[in-house]
Amino acid sequence: MADWAGYLGLMLDGALVTAKLTVLGCALALPAAFLAGLGRLSRHSTVRALSVAYIEFFRGTSIFVQLFWAYFVLPLIGVTLTPLQAGVLALGLNVGAYGAEVVRAAVQSIGREQHEACIALNLTRWQSLRHVLLPQAAVVMVPTFCNNAIELLKATSVVSLISLSDLTFQAQVVRSQTGSTALPFLTVLVIYFAYASLISAGMKALERRMTRGLDGLRT
Amino acid sequence: MEWDWEFVREIMPMLLDGLRITLLATLLGSILAAAAGLGFALLRRSKNRAVTRITGFVVEFIRGTPLLVQLYFLFYVLPELGLLLSPLTAGVVGLGLHYATYTSEVFRAGIDNTPRGQWEAAKACNLTPYQTWRHVILPQAIPPMIPALANYFVAMFKETPLLSAITVIELMSEARGVANSNYRYLEPMTMVGVLFLCISLIAVPALHLLERRFRPPR
Repeated sequence: MADWAGYLGLMLDGALVTAKLTVLGCALALPAAFLAGLGRLSRHSTVRALSVAYIEFFRGTSIFVQLFWAYFVLPLIGVTLTPLQAGVLALGLNVGAYGAEVVRAAVQSIGREQHEACIALNLTRWQSLRHVLLPQAAVVMVPTFCNNAIELLKATSVVSLISLSDLTFQAQVVRSQTGSTALPFLTVLVIYFAYASLISAGMKALERRMTRGLDGLRT
Repeated sequence: MEWDWEFVREIMPMLLDGLRITLLATLLGSILAAAAGLGFALLRRSKNRAVTRITGFVVEFIRGTPLLVQLYFLFYVLPELGLLLSPLTAGVVGLGLHYATYTSEVFRAGIDNTPRGQWEAAKACNLTPYQTWRHVILPQAIPPMIPALANYFVAMFKETPLLSAITVIELMSEARGVANSNYRYLEPMTMVGVLFLCISLIAVPALHLLERRFRPPR
C-alpha cells in the first residue's frame, strides 16, 4: 500500500492518454460527421453513394473490429499506424458515422419555409447552407453530439486492447502488479464518470450559449 | 499480402462457432437488458424520493462509464467478494446491465406517453397498482417501444467483441486465436468484419419491418 501514490500517478498518466484520445477522436469525428452528413444530402449521386457507404460500413461493424482492422490489417497493405493513430482513426471515423446521421436529421428538420425562403432570396446552395440552415441546425445537433462524445469517451477504453496505455490499461497494470482489484477499477470508473459529467456540463453550457437570442424563434 | 480463400475456408467453422456464442450472449443480454431496464424505469417512478435518486445515480453512473471496465469489474472484483461468475455469465450480466440503462429511458418515455385518461380509468375501476401496470399500462406502452428496444439490441450485438477481453470464446477471440497461431491477420479480422456487417445488414430491414408493424395507429 506504500506505493499507492506511485500507482495513482500511473493511473493519472492513463487518464491523460484517455483525454487525449477523446479530444483527438472528437476532432476527427466532427468534420467526418459534417462531410458525410451533408454528403448524404448532396445533389450528386456519387457523393451520396459514397457517404451512405461510409456511414453504413462504420455503423454496421463493431468499433472493436474496426480498431483491430486498423491496427493489424492496415500494416499489411503498407500503412503502419502507432496505436494512438489507429485508435484516433477508428474512434473518429466510427463516431463520425453516427454523427453524420445527426447532421442529416438536423438539417432535414429545418422547416420547409426556410428552404423556400432561401430560394426566394436567390441564395446559392452554399450560401443558404452556410447562413440559413446550418446556424439553425447546429442548435438541434448539440444535445445528440453530447451523447456521441460520451460514447466516444467510453469507446476509448477499447484501445487498451491494442496495447495503448490508457486508463483501462493502467488499471490492468496496477491489478497485475498489486493483486488488488477493487481499488484500481473503482478509481477508473470514477474518473471515467467525472469525464462524462464534464463533457455533459460543457455541452449544456454550449447549448445555452447557442440558443441565446433564439428564444421565441423555435416553436 | 495476398488474400487466401483456402485459409478462409479452413477457419470458417471456427469463426461460425464463435458467432454462435456471440449470438447467444446477445440474446441473453437482450433479455436481461429488457427486464432490468423495465425494473430501473419502474424504480425511477417510485414515490420514495431516496429510491428515485439512488436509481437515477446508478443509471447515470453505469451509462457514463465504459462497458469494458464494467466487465473487468464483474470478472475480477466480484470473485474477491465471493461471487464467482463464469466468463459468459459475467459478460451477459455486464452487457445486460449496461444496456438496461439505455432501455430504461425507452421504457420511461413509453410509459410517460400513455394517456392520462388510462391511469384515471384504472383508478376509477378500482384496480390495484399491480393490476393497473399489468393489464392497462404496460400492454399499451410496450408495443410502440419495440423498434427502439431492437435498436439497442443491435447496438449490443456490436459490443459483444468486448467479451473476448474477459476470456469468453466468441467470434472475436476465435479470430484472434486463429490469427495468432497462423500469423495471418488479414483474413480472420476481415471475415469478422464481414460477418458483423452481414448480420447488421439483415438487422436493418428487420428493424424497418418492426417499425412498420408497431407504428401507432393514427
